[in-house]
This record gives sequence, structure tokens and C-alpha cells, in this order.
Amino acid sequence: MTSSQLLGLGTFAYLGAAVLYLALFIFRAQKQLGLIATLATIVGVLLLSGGIGLRWVESYQLHPGSGHAPLSNMYESLVFFAWVIGVLYLVIEFKFKNKSIGAFAMPFAFLSMAFASFSFDARAQAIEPLVPALQSNWLLFHVVTCFIGYAAFAVACGLGIMYLCRNSLGRNAPETSIWNSLPALKVIDDLTHKTILFGFLWLTAGIITGAVWANSAWGTYWSWDPKETWSLITWFVYAAALHARFTRGWGGTRIAWIAIIGFVAVVFTYYGVNYLLSGLHSYGGP
Amino acid sequence: MKKNAVWRFFASVKLALFTFFVLAATSIIGTVIPQNSSSAEYLRYYGQSAGKLILLLDINDMYNSWWFVSLLILFSVNLIVCSIERLPNVWRMVVMDNLATDPARLRKMGARKLFVTPLTREAAVERLQVVLGKAGWRPRQRDLDGNNSLLFSQKSPWVRFGVYLVHLSVLIIFTGAIIGSFMGYKASVYIPEGGAVDYVYETGTGEPIPLGFTVRCDKFDIEYYDVRPKEYRSDLTILENGREVLKKRIIVNDPLDYKGLTFYQSSYDLQYDYIVSIKDQTTGQEKTFQLPPRRQVGWPGTDIQFGIVSDHPPNNKWGSFSLKIWYSDNKGPARTFVVDNSAPVRIERPDTSMLITAKGYERYSRTGLQVAKDPGVWYVYTGCTLMLLGLLVTFFLAHRRIWVHVSRHGEKTEVLVAGHSNKNKVGFENAFDSLVDQLQDDEQLQLSGKTS
Repeated sequence: MTSSQLLGLGTFAYLGAAVLYLALFIFRAQKQLGLIATLATIVGVLLLSGGIGLRWVESYQLHPGSGHAPLSNMYESLVFFAWVIGVLYLVIEFKFKNKSIGAFAMPFAFLSMAFASFSFDARAQAIEPLVPALQSNWLLFHVVTCFIGYAAFAVACGLGIMYLCRNSLGRNAPETSIWNSLPALKVIDDLTHKTILFGFLWLTAGIITGAVWANSAWGTYWSWDPKETWSLITWFVYAAALHARFTRGWGGTRIAWIAIIGFVAVVFTYYGVNYLLSGLHSYGGP
Repeated sequence: MKKNAVWRFFASVKLALFTFFVLAATSIIGTVIPQNSSSAEYLRYYGQSAGKLILLLDINDMYNSWWFVSLLILFSVNLIVCSIERLPNVWRMVVMDNLATDPARLRKMGARKLFVTPLTREAAVERLQVVLGKAGWRPRQRDLDGNNSLLFSQKSPWVRFGVYLVHLSVLIIFTGAIIGSFMGYKASVYIPEGGAVDYVYETGTGEPIPLGFTVRCDKFDIEYYDVRPKEYRSDLTILENGREVLKKRIIVNDPLDYKGLTFYQSSYDLQYDYIVSIKDQTTGQEKTFQLPPRRQVGWPGTDIQFGIVSDHPPNNKWGSFSLKIWYSDNKGPARTFVVDNSAPVRIERPDTSMLITAKGYERYSRTGLQVAKDPGVWYVYTGCTLMLLGLLVTFFLAHRRIWVHVSRHGEKTEVLVAGHSNKNKVGFENAFDSLVDQLQDDEQLQLSGKTS
């Protein structure tokens, strides 16, 4: 078994989970199906864990003395992103005992894996030793903190979409409509808010670890590089949302929209900057 | 004085939201329009009018422009004023005497439950103390009058300061950034292997900055995986008055610190010294020189002066190179010609001919160092740590308060349990419900529900 085979299987497990959760939600299928969906997610997370771990080992086998954690390029970061979304979603499912969130969260995890698998050729997926600038423990801290934040924002975006659907489509629909099988608006709203808080903490940590790393690598903790600037823009979006909520009681559709807009900023910070703007993080570029 | 319109303006959250939005929106500009290029390039690329507007608004260096810095100042002032505005209230909330709370207010709290018990007031209070204590709440108690007692317990009231810790941390980070930009500098320098410098060159201006000590590069080396570089490393020695005081091998991500200055491995280049010989065909005299490009040398005892104007450095495969040489000897017009390592060039003079041969080269590397002095960086790091701490406290802890009002009405005793949390209402309601369950399950209290 190689890491790429495990990751490939993980992609299919995620696809299965996403489809099952959607089916569960749309057709309000039986309980057993929900169990299978959860199992698929768990299997997916395990396969990805195995794949990431094996890739880590393979990196040491391929490049003795210069192996590294598989978090060093766009492909590896997308896999890790998908892994964190899976884990985060499972935690939410177990804590809130509601599977309908899966229909809005797991598609993001699957899309990330699908994108990683199909948009990078074998060369971009190859395990390469690290260039000097990336040889730092801060790489690990930076990528892990950032991507936990990004994953939380992806889930928050899913919850935001869920809120808007429930709110607009469920409002005049009969009690039995699928939209009314979603958790109560108050619950979604609270969960969105909590997920944003969680993500914000990690995004802040991610920006800080990046700054410390930059300072230890070239003596500037902040250089207004496009990636840095966009992460700050994203930070401002969520900071504004939190202030509006804490002091002006914003909630409901407004927070739902901010969860979506914020995630657009995240995607641009993560992906757009590498391809559209130049800068220090362009290692992920084509 | 505090409540005038200007103060209220700066204290408002609306202003904070506005500043967040404007900072975020304007920050985008600098990621789309390249920064710190030459004025001519902006005019050429964006056209006269747009280019001029860019230069007028300092968008070519927008993060240091007067208007962007003003926005950051506005942001800071807003932060300070709104914190000062709200802190006294928060302080009052933290130290307030919650046992002075009017029991009537408890009846309006979101989380509340009313019971009756056959116990007397005193017995009920005593038992409630025990049960609440077991549930993790250690209540204080006050008898309001002969028929009324109030119990109160709270968890982490200081959590309310968390958000102000975050605000403070932003200001500490800004302070660090200001200290760094006024008292520090960024510079760079190239040191050839075996060479030493006591100056570095400021980034941007290129002004030399004296170090006050000497940095020598004993060795520079690159290690490769196959073709891609694995590691750049320089062995550096710090010298004070000619005495070696510190030696360190630096690599990317592992710099050298000395006297508040940090030397980072950032780049390198390869330099060549060329070995050129000049032979007088008549006298048979020959002299060999070793010199880098763009330096003029003379042959002592003659009028001969020459230098390498430019070079095509040795090509990797064959080692072939060519030099453009300038030559003067006052016996005829100065000459400029190209010589390569395959054949000498002959220069005819009235009395003789000179033979100029490019005999070889010496290659040496220069290490490129980034040099930073930033006395503000520890403020920034302190601020970052406080920010994370403040966010943790603010987001994941709540100030939770529980009151129990025990009142005697004739033969019956009423027990009103009420609670409040400054955030995470849903989580608090769950905790409150389980506390109520615990109270209800207590056999001694014999609570029975009553609609409140």
C-alpha cells in the first residue's frame, strides 16, 4: 500500500460520505444510512490519516536525512485541509448529534481531496525534499495552525449556507419540508458563531506562527506580502463579524452571510493569492 | 468632558466596524498593484493619468502611505478610547456585590426555575449550600430579612477582561512595530569567502551603516540534493578590535545574533578573478595579474594600465570565458578589445608588440546576508502571546453566575434558582438545566416544581 493509494481511497470514502449525508438530508432516509455516512467519514479520516502518515514515512525513505512532514506544497496542504474538515465535522456531529450538518460540511472535504487528486499531475504530487527556506519546525506549526483555521471556516461557511436555506426556504414551507428537518435556526446560528470563534483563534495563531517563522528566516515578521496581507484581510472580516455580534447582537442571516463571505476570503488567501498574485508563498503556484 | 461628541465618535463600535472594513478593502489595493517599483514603471504600465494618481496617493508604497498609516492610527485611537469607555463598567461587573441583586430581577432572567420545598428557610439554605457545592458552585449567602435569603456563586468573572487583553495586545504589537521602524533597520551585505566587512548597506537607500564590529566569512558552501539546493551555509566570525569573539555557522532559518543585530543567510553569488598576463615581445618581460572585473591595475615601472571592462564568466561545461579589456601604455591610443582563453591578443606598438593572454580564473563565492536590527520584535512577540491568551479566555470561558433566592411564604418555602452567563447562552442553559436536575434529585430538599 502506498500513501497515494490510501489517499485515493480516502477521496472515495469522502465522496461516499458527502453523497450519503446529502441523500440522508434530501430523502430523509433511514437511520442506518446515517450510520453508514458517519462510518464512511470515519473511514475517510482514517484513510487520510494513514495516507498522510505513510507519506511522511515515504518522504524519509525517499530522501534519507531530509524527510519532512507532508505539509509543504499545495497538494499536501489540500489533503491536510480535507483531513481537518473531516475530523472537525466528526467532532461536531458527535457533540451536536445532528447529521444534517454533514450534507453541508463534507462536500467541502471531498472537493478539497478531489481538487488535490485531479488538478495536480504526478510531478506536483511527488514527494520532494524541502528547499532551504522551508526547512524549519515553524513550517509544521504554521501550516497546522492555518489549516485548522481554514477548515473551521469551511465548516462555518457550510453552516451559513444551511442557515440561509433553512431561513428562506423553510420559512413558508410546511413543517414536513426537508428544510425544516434541519436544526433550529437558533442552533445553527450558535454553531456558526462558535465555529467562527474557533477558526478565528487558529487563524490568529496561524498568522502569528507565520510571522515568527518569517522573522527567524529573514528578519521581517511582517512584509505586506500578498499572502500576509490577504490573511490579514480575512482576519479583519471575521474580526468585524465578532465585534458586530458581541456588541451589536448581530446574528442570523447577517452572520450566515459573513461566514460565506469570510470563506471566500479564505479561499482567495489560500488559493487565489498563489495563482493570481506573486509573493513569498508562490511555491504552490503552477 | 468625557461624553462629548468627539469622544463618543471614537468610542463607537460602528467606527471599529468601519475601520475594519476600510482597512480590509484598501489593503487589497497593495496586493494587486505592485509595490515599490520605480515611478517610470507605474506611468508606463498604468498610463499617465492612472499612474500619476497611483504616485499621488503613494499607492506605490501604500502600506507606508500617510493615509494608510492614518487609518492604522484611527484604528488604534478607536481601540484605546472604546476600551477606556467600557472598562469602568466591566470593572464594576467584576467586583460588584451580587448578593445585593434585587430578587425581583432574578424573576426576569433567561435561565430560572421556581420550586417549593416543605423545609424551613434555614434548613433549605443549609442544604442548598451543600448541593450547590457538590455541583461545583461554592455559594456565598446573605439573609435579606427574616424571610428571605439569597445565595450567590460565580465562575471566572475576570473573563470579562479578556477582550481588553486582546485590545491591549494589538497596541503592544503596534508599539513593537513602531519601535522597530524607528530604532531598527534592515540591511544587506555581500562578503566574499575569507573577506570581512564592518559596514552593511541599508535596504532601499543603499546607505552604508557602520556595524561597530567586523564580520568575516570564513567559508561559504552550497549543498545540493541533485540539482536543487539543499542548504546554504556560511561560517561567520565576529571580530571586535581584531579579536575573534564569536563564531557561528548560519543556514537559512538559523541566523547569527550579535549585539541586537541578526545576520540571516539570504543569498549568494559567484565572483571571478581573472588571471591575465602581459608580455613585451621585444624585451621578453612578462607579468601575470590576478584581478576582478571592473578594476584597473598598473604594471609597476611601466606606463601600462589595464582593466577588465566586462566579462562573460566561465561556462560550466568547457570553462571557456571571454574578457573585454581596456589597455593603455601611453605609446599609442588606448585600446579596448576582447580576449578569450583560447588565444592571446597582440597589440602592435611603435617599438614592440604586446601579447595579452587570458590564462585562467579563480572562482570564489560571496555570501549574501540580510541584516536586521529590530529592538521592537520582543514587544511584537509579547503582544502576539497576549492576543492568543486573550482570545482563548474571551472565546472559551464565560462569566457564569448563579443566584438562589429562598423565601418563606407562610407554611411554604419558595426556592428560585436563576442564572446568567455573559456569553454562550446555549451552553449555559444546558449547565443550568443539569444543575436544576441535581437540585431536584436531592431527596432532602424535596423540591417540587412551580411555574414561575
